Amino acid sequence: MPAAGVVMIVAVLVIVGVLVYYLVSTIAGLRRITAGLEEAIAGVGGIIAKTTPVNEVVTDINAQLDAGVDLLEGLLVKKAGAADALGLIDGCYPGAGAAGLRRFPDAKASGAPRIGEVYTKGTLTLARLGREAPIAAASPDGPALRDNVFGSSAARALYPEQRQQRPGRMPRSPVIGTDAPAQYEPADEPGVRRRMPAGTTTAEGG
Amino acid sequence: MIGWWIGDIVLLAVVVPVVVYLLRNVLDAVNGIVPSVERIAKAADAASRDLDAAPLLLRTREQVTETVSVVAGYGGSLDQIVDDA
Repeated sequence: MPAAGVVMIVAVLVIVGVLVYYLVSTIAGLRRITAGLEEAIAGVGGIIAKTTPVNEVVTDINAQLDAGVDLLEGLLVKKAGAADALGLIDGCYPGAGAAGLRRFPDAKASGAPRIGEVYTKGTLTLARLGREAPIAAASPDGPALRDNVFGSSAARALYPEQRQQRPGRMPRSPVIGTDAPAQYEPADEPGVRRRMPAGTTTAEGG
Repeated sequence: MIGWWIGDIVLLAVVVPVVVYLLRNVLDAVNGIVPSVERIAKAADAASRDLDAAPLLLRTREQVTETVSVVAGYGGSLDQIVDDA
């Protein structure tokens, strides 16, 4: 065999060797890819299985919550009126009044009265329950009746008129302390008087 | 004989490098895909584990239903107690 033929055979063998090396490496890489894809498919299958009922359940939950919101909005508007209802919502959750009411879109047009700024929540509840007055009608756009953090004089107007406007006609509260005009008799022991007031009997004395 | 030698030179100088170049690129591409697939598999597994709490939505639905029914009952009572505006 000529030398050139030997070189040819060697070259072919080299080419075959290179082909074998790289193709085997490629096959190994593709097998790793296949294994990884099988894991990924299993994970995606798990995701699909777990999320299958989510759409139905969330839709049902939303329907229930919608019914609850409609119920509460309807009740609030029925009891407080559309404008005051917005003011109440805004007083409890500042800024929420801007979103308006879903079932009563017209209520948003008049704007939310600043009920929470004018009245405390407790005063508001008492006013609604006791007086049945449209409490926000007097000052829906005017200045706040009181400082909702520190002031309390405006809220006094909701209590009986005599105690607020003419307190001089009310009996004074008892004065206590060392400079009180009527001092109690000092006791030898805490809770035990030296002598009972006249006309008073004790269990022991009869 | 010269033709044989020319064939050998072409084989060794052109064919072998081209074959090596092409196969090496194929192998690099395959090896580049492997880490991506492994990351996808890990992400899918983690996402699947994150959704383990999804069945709890069934209990959430029951509780929402109960809560709304309680609120409806409370609203009905409140409707009787408080006068309309």
